[in-house]
Amino acid sequence: MDYTPHTDADIQDMLQTIGVGSPEDLLAEIPQEVRCRSLNVPAGLSETEVLTLCEQLAASNRSMHEFASFLGFGAAHHAIPTIVDALSARGEWLTPYTPYQAEASQGTLQMIYEFQTMICELMGMEVANASLYDGASALAEAATLALRVTGRRRLLIGETVHPHYRQVVSTYVSGFPCVVQELPAASGVADLEALSAALNDDVAAVILQQPNVFGCLEPMEQAVAAAHQVGALGVASVSPISLGLLQPPGAYGADIATAEGRSLGSPVAYGGPGLGLLTTTQALLRKIPGRIAGCTVDQSGRRSFTLTLQTREQHIRREKATSNVCTNEGWLCLRATIFLSFLGPEGFRELAQLNAQKAHELHSRLVELGFMKPLFDQPFFHEFAMRCLNDHTVEEINRKLLRQGLIGGLPIGRWYPHHPDASLWCATETIAQTDIDRLIDALKRL
Amino acid sequence: MSELIFEKSVPGRRGYRLPAHDGPQRPLRDLLPAEHLRRQPPRLPEASELDVVRHYTRLSQRNFSVDTHFYPLGSCTMKYNPKLNDRIASWSRFADMHPLHPASCAQGLLRLLYELEQLLCEITGMHAFTLQPAAGAQGELTGLKMVRAYHRAKRQDRSTILIPDSAHGTNPASASLSGFQVMELKSNAHGLIDLAELRGRLSNDVAALMLTNPNTLGLFERDILAITALCHEHGALVYMDGANMNALLGLAKPGDMGVDLLQLNLHKTFSTPHGGGGPGAGPVGVSRSLEPFLPVPRVRKTGKRFVWDERGRRSIGRVHAFYGNVGVLVRAYIYIRTLGREGLERTGRAAILNANYLKARLADVFPVPFAGRCLHEFVVSLTPLKACGVTAWDVAKRLLDYGFYAPTVYFPLVVDEAFMIEPTETESRETLEAFANALRGIAQEARTNPELLRRAPHQLPVNRVDDVKAAREPNVRWTPSQVPVSNTSG
Repeated sequence: MDYTPHTDADIQDMLQTIGVGSPEDLLAEIPQEVRCRSLNVPAGLSETEVLTLCEQLAASNRSMHEFASFLGFGAAHHAIPTIVDALSARGEWLTPYTPYQAEASQGTLQMIYEFQTMICELMGMEVANASLYDGASALAEAATLALRVTGRRRLLIGETVHPHYRQVVSTYVSGFPCVVQELPAASGVADLEALSAALNDDVAAVILQQPNVFGCLEPMEQAVAAAHQVGALGVASVSPISLGLLQPPGAYGADIATAEGRSLGSPVAYGGPGLGLLTTTQALLRKIPGRIAGCTVDQSGRRSFTLTLQTREQHIRREKATSNVCTNEGWLCLRATIFLSFLGPEGFRELAQLNAQKAHELHSRLVELGFMKPLFDQPFFHEFAMRCLNDHTVEEINRKLLRQGLIGGLPIGRWYPHHPDASLWCATETIAQTDIDRLIDALKRL
Repeated sequence: MSELIFEKSVPGRRGYRLPAHDGPQRPLRDLLPAEHLRRQPPRLPEASELDVVRHYTRLSQRNFSVDTHFYPLGSCTMKYNPKLNDRIASWSRFADMHPLHPASCAQGLLRLLYELEQLLCEITGMHAFTLQPAAGAQGELTGLKMVRAYHRAKRQDRSTILIPDSAHGTNPASASLSGFQVMELKSNAHGLIDLAELRGRLSNDVAALMLTNPNTLGLFERDILAITALCHEHGALVYMDGANMNALLGLAKPGDMGVDLLQLNLHKTFSTPHGGGGPGAGPVGVSRSLEPFLPVPRVRKTGKRFVWDERGRRSIGRVHAFYGNVGVLVRAYIYIRTLGREGLERTGRAAILNANYLKARLADVFPVPFAGRCLHEFVVSLTPLKACGVTAWDVAKRLLDYGFYAPTVYFPLVVDEAFMIEPTETESRETLEAFANALRGIAQEARTNPELLRRAPHQLPVNRVDDVKAAREPNVRWTPSQVPVSNTSG
């Protein structure tokens, strides 16, 4: 089936109005040599048939509702309040596009303005844009922004930054004349002496993640201060939920702070769509990538909202734009805005605390087992790395857990070959005490 | 005027309730060292559940959308987004999946992604696809990084991308972000690529031609085979911006035209909702010779199982934290399976029929500067109204009063006072008729009462917004000290 409304009579009348005899005449400009000869796509399906097909596909998936999952790695499972789904499903939110016509898009524009405000509040930063694709591309845009505003050619990035994020940063900056240098972290956090040694007046930015990929808390204040000493920017990639408890980037002087904002009310969805958050200081406002909603007035002096500072953008500046980004993640902005409004400051703090409580409970229970030992002795928020001291490999353990409906910690040897026996464990508010009990029982019976 | 959620906040009011911690309680000081703790809470709104529901329901009603209004935004393909696709994408076994779930727990999703790649290959005639790019512009970036890698692998240093003057703004922006120089190609009198101009510009420094087909005037590049052959003779690749693929569904395949790589905008052609600005998805398809450069990981079929393959010695690397916007990809897959081969072709044909019909209905109102037979969209020029002191911008605003979202205005740049109109296939003849009548009426108003247009819109929650003030005195976030301006109801 398809979604075209035309009856045969419509088509005939319309062709007549156009002044052609047959539908083929409308395609006269497409040379015969390139006309489609065959299309090997299955025949169309009715709604019922589509549902059956998708049920069959879904049957061989297992969701995080069915299997307790201890996976984090930038995509931890968080609860989504019902009203987020209910409100965001409205067609008025789901089916418009970028609000080019401000007067007919006041809903989206005001929402983005509220979103920008809430994200600034979370991050303790002065300016937020209307979102980028995901946490990784937001960090990559932060890196190119730093290169552009400083005119320098060196980026220092912690090896404790999410390995996929580092890969995306490399892909993005590969067109620029610049060097990306990784900072070691033998103790699980950035080595400040190595940082000092690497800093010079060609460094555009020092880029760290808080909490870092191992879950450890980085010495952000010292790292940012060291960056500022040589005139480099301090860039932080953070976890939004942690900001209910942890110092926000603005408090430690970050110039650019980015995040993956999907945890604020959107499903993990196998890793995408994400919600790239990008915030900066006021000084960088006119240099940042992406859409920005601003507050202004209409001709009657009433408060109204519009996309602003568009002379930064590709549709005006073309090859001289601050970025090529056009489409953002508007629908996820909406979900984050509803989520944050519904939680409020107190609920947001409680959520962060609940995450920290769960993870610390998981941590001490794993340590009690005797055959798992923390990889690093560092404070953490809701994720941490463990070494496995017995004969089992992490992969073996996980295979056994899976048979009992448990998804164990993530082996990290593939990104950190010097930690072949280590795995990352995460617990959020979605993990019940009974899930932890089940996990520990299963591990005891290995 | 609509109050902000912050202005409705009441200290101490609560909405969502979290469960209590069901394990042993540990004091906060035992969890985290004091120096890492936040000292000031974020100033989020404090509201009840009903406060939040009413606020965001009422705000939604201040939007035009495809579900409520005709939305003929050129080059954005604002077609109907089937509710079925949203419903299935929200199923827990698609939505609540961790990207590093063991592959054995995600076989259905992996199969879906694998089949979607195959379907997109078949529809476009390309050899292989990556689903990773999160939007059209990120697809362009991905494609251009591959162009660079391809030439580097041949030990060639080519630094120029040729781009027609009618191209989307993202094209030159993506080219510079990929480290290329942009050279603009002037369109010929028919609004198409000028073969002589192209021949003159091609050299061993040209890495690729980046074209849009059908182009932003809605015109098919008739000389496409000659264009791609000429580029290939000079060792240059041909990148096609596939934003306008809706016109070609089931009718022509870019792979058969000699195109080497292209991105698709699934939120356009394949009907995933635009979400007020996204998320989209911008998969990139390539010819056989470019496959080694595709981003990793790639989904592979080994026997009956599907797995992720991280290998790729010559890959450009990753462009997304995981595998792209899977929630969007699921919707596009369902759309293609629903339409099937006949539905795809009917869709392409109906998109072309609607555009040509609307163009014919407007022929006596506004001139069409490039008069070839259009495909899925067309561009009219509103220059005749200049004499009345009325601009395309004024007409766009007046259209809102008639209950129609405005077409894309002032684009493409090759047409003065451009109005770029893309009706899409899902609109009925009656809607197109009503829209044509509205424009006819507005053209009349321009002559009799131009002031009405210059001050439009009149029927919306706000009238003409002051964009200049917004840019000169940027106010991009609320602060508690901010006093709301003129609190009249809207």
